[in-house]
Amino acid sequence: MSAAFEPEVDGTAWWDHEAGPVVRPYMVTGGRVQPVTADFDLISHVVAVQSLAVDTPSPEHQAILALTQEPRPVAEIAGRIDLPLGVVRVLLCDLLLAGLIARYDPPSTDDLPNIDTLQAVIHGLRSL
Amino acid sequence: MDSVRSDAPPQALKILVAGGFGAGKTTMVGAVSEISPLRTEEVLTTAGVETDDTTGVDAKTTTTVAMDFGRITITPNLVLYLFGTPGQNRFWFLWDELATGALGAVVIADTRRLADSFAAIDYFEQRGTPFVIAVNCFDSMQVYTVEQVREALDIGAHVPILLTDARDRHSVKHVLITLVEHVLVMVRAAVPAG
Repeated sequence: MSAAFEPEVDGTAWWDHEAGPVVRPYMVTGGRVQPVTADFDLISHVVAVQSLAVDTPSPEHQAILALTQEPRPVAEIAGRIDLPLGVVRVLLCDLLLAGLIARYDPPSTDDLPNIDTLQAVIHGLRSL
Repeated sequence: MDSVRSDAPPQALKILVAGGFGAGKTTMVGAVSEISPLRTEEVLTTAGVETDDTTGVDAKTTTTVAMDFGRITITPNLVLYLFGTPGQNRFWFLWDELATGALGAVVIADTRRLADSFAAIDYFEQRGTPFVIAVNCFDSMQVYTVEQVREALDIGAHVPILLTDARDRHSVKHVLITLVEHVLVMVRAAVPAG
């Protein structure tokens, strides 16, 4: 588990995207798999409260802050930084607890949307 | 929680695109999404989750499930998100999350492997999630009629079935419009007029 494994530095990396992640996904969360606070829905929007000039625990946290300078849904963040959703949720909780992001949840119920919304969607799709 | 605000960015709606392996989920999401479809992965520890018949193969303890993710901006205040999701019923627990709050679902059926769509159809029927069935006609092969597919799938007349080309933007648009109209009919039926 310790210093014996230094990465090679001669620049001839044998791994690439196809080979999959070199670091196991939950390494970036320090092994934490459960978000500390309430779950982020896939379409909860996240927006950075701070500019980028803050210290974050990891480059992945920083990457999320960079992405969320405009509001983005959780699923899009996970897709863009290429980390599994579960990992991203843990990182988002860190940022939320640190007050670095704000979160906007979709309507919380399982209810169907109202008629006006549905008609707006139909109209919007037709005019695409 | 303090930082959950309510003065929201766009209202987000979710539509699921479910179907068996190779049925055309990724293609369908890509055909209408305004961003190139993103792939989101969920690493699952599968303790207690049934795996399918891998008899003789050691039980796998983690699985990676890939979801395709696309976006359609309806208005600045209203955005539709599409999630392409694997159709095997061992991913039910994932569907539960996806189906929560979803507007509805498109089940893509491949007539060469109709049975692959049974699990998704059963799931949405039981859950009461509105859905339509899009029969993906590969290479314009229109071997079966809608009525034949309806009979083969044992689907009631209230569920729309469409012949679709998942690669074609207009065709997919039509599927989505049909789904939302179907939802509208259900909402109107549930809400007394006035």
